[in-house]
Parts: sequence; C-alpha cells; structure tokens
Amino acid sequence: MAHIDLQNDLPGIRGPMLYSPATAKPLNALAEVLLRDDNNSLSRGEREFIGTYVSYLNDCFFCQNVHGALAGHYLDCNIEQIDGIKRDFLQADKLSDKMKALLPIAASVQKSGKHVTAEQIEAAKTAGATDKEIHDTVLIAAAFCMYNRYVDGLATWAPQDRQFYVNRAPSRAAEGYVDFDLSK
Amino acid sequence: MPHIKVNEDLPGIRALLAFSPSTAAPIGELADLLLRSNEGLSMAERELIATYVSYLNDCFYCHHSHGEIAVCYLDGDRATVDQVRNDYTQANIPAKLKALLNIAGHAQKGGKYVTAEDVAFAKSEGATDKDIHDTVLITALFCMFNRYVDGLAANTPKDLSTYPARAKQIAEKGYGSHVYTQPAPVAV
Repeated sequence: MAHIDLQNDLPGIRGPMLYSPATAKPLNALAEVLLRDDNNSLSRGEREFIGTYVSYLNDCFFCQNVHGALAGHYLDCNIEQIDGIKRDFLQADKLSDKMKALLPIAASVQKSGKHVTAEQIEAAKTAGATDKEIHDTVLIAAAFCMYNRYVDGLATWAPQDRQFYVNRAPSRAAEGYVDFDLSK
Repeated sequence: MPHIKVNEDLPGIRALLAFSPSTAAPIGELADLLLRSNEGLSMAERELIATYVSYLNDCFYCHHSHGEIAVCYLDGDRATVDQVRNDYTQANIPAKLKALLNIAGHAQKGGKYVTAEDVAFAKSEGATDKDIHDTVLITALFCMFNRYVDGLAANTPKDLSTYPARAKQIAEKGYGSHVYTQPAPVAV
C-alpha cells in the first residue's frame, strides 16, 4: 500500500502523477526530451537502456521493467536478453563500444555525481562519445535517481507479472511521455 | 574543470542549463512548482529540505545555493539553516518539518529506505499527504540536481560571499530560464 492516499489505484509512477498533475507535466516533459526526442545521436533504445540500468542499480522494480520493456522493444531484445545486458553489459552484442563506455558513467552517477571520474569521461570520449552524449548520459542517470525515489519513496505498487510491461511497450513507445492518458 | 565544454562564466547548474535548454525548461518548471509554493509547506521549509538533501549528497554548490535562498526567506537567519545541515533535530524549526526531514534523509539513500514508521510519525506531527508527497519529490529532485552538477563537474564557486547575490535573485524572480540567459549577479 502506498504511504499516502493517492486517490487512485494506478501502478508505479502513474499513481503519484495522477495525484499531482502539476508536477507530472514537467516530469513527463523531461522524460520525453531525454528518452524520446529524435534530435539525439543516442538512439531511443540506448537511452531507455541507460534508464533501465540505473533503475536496476536502484532496485526499482516498476521503472526497470517499464523501461527495460521499452529498451527491448527498440533494441529488438526479449526480456531475458535485457536481463542479461543489465547483469553484464560489457558482454552485450547489442551495445556499441561507445555505450559500453557511457554505462560506467551512468553507474557512477547512480552512486553520486562525485563518483564520475576523469578517466571514465576520457574513455567515453575515446570511444567516440560527444559532449552532448556525455551530458545526456549523466542527466538520464540523474533523472532516474529522481524517478526511482519518487516511485519507491511513496511505496507505490507494481504489477509483478513482467509480461504486463512487455505487452504495453509498443503502445507506450508510440504514445511517448507527453500525449498519453495516465489512467490507461 | 567541467567534464564537458560549457560556458565558464556561468556557475554550477546554470552552465549546464545553458548547455541544454530543451531539458532546462522542464527542470526549471519542476524547481519552480516544488520550491516556490506556500501550499502546505512554506518556501523556506521547501528550501531547507533541498539544502539538507544536497548537504547529504555532499553537493557544495547546491547546498550553499539553496541554503542561502532559505536564509533569504528566513530573514537572514543563517544559524537555523546551518543547524539544519549539522543536526536538524536541534534546530529551531517546527516538529512537523523535523519529521519530514527524517523522511528526506531516508529517501536520499533510496526510495525503499522510507518506512511506514517514518510516514506514520510525520502524520502524527501534523504532516498531510501532500506535505509527504512534496517532501519525497523535492528529495528526489535534488538527488537528480546534485548528480547533474557533480556528475559533470560543474564550476563551483568556492567563495561563499558570491552565493547571497544569486540567492537574492532567485528569491525575487523565482526559477526559470533567466538564471542562464542573463549573467549571474555578483553583488547583493
């Protein structure tokens, strides 16, 4: 049961978002720009995987399954493959060397900003990452440290059947984060 | 030195917002909605939560920036802001805010660290559902801001005498694009 009366029974972040529509609007607008805007040299699948990986490190069941299913949708992976990449991204055939250099930065950000090292940044640049890609990696990782805390800090509930998230991923990918009905 | 090339004339998060205006817009809107409201929690209380979380995250730029904004709202009472950082249980603040800072301290570690007991205690001290919601989301928001600033090694002014002028600007004008489209004020 959620820590507060959200006045709705929606799962995960949708519960507090419907409870507080004013803050939901910029929370979703930020997700749209970071994860879905096509004016970006990281693919939607790559950006969703960064969100998935940080949510996995933060042990946020709802977020890692929503975004894991979306990453799987974009990267053409099933949920077991996404689980495998979460456990050991360095071995993943689906990820570029650049992504393999950006994910350690995301993992450091998950601990705290100060954990990001100059060596990690240098390795990402050597692998071809631009300043914008590094910026977006840090901000996506930071944003999921926010979303994950919002979801678990209020003790929202999450469907335990992971197929629920997989089934929703194609329509969620098509609708995006701005023009969708929270209650559906 | 910042990890990416940003405008060196802008301090802290301001240079990052200027680097990425498309993400700066919703970020500014979130800060304004969560910190510039007196509904339930006062603006001073909201800034104290932000200061405390930024202090726990060891983000020098954020905890000094928001601490100074809290000082503005508290009519210059810097001692209370310092006491909230060092040991809020001894600070001259309402019991409800102390119970909410307890929740903030736990959410800073991770969402799952917030317990039913923390929430029940805050409610017993008079916190409403909205107060608890806002506390968790302000905490979460600063877990993002602090990581954004330090994760990119944003420029951090070490001279604390430079913080009040920027705080006064926020207290007067609120959050929004003016913080990076205009030069940062240097004197009160």
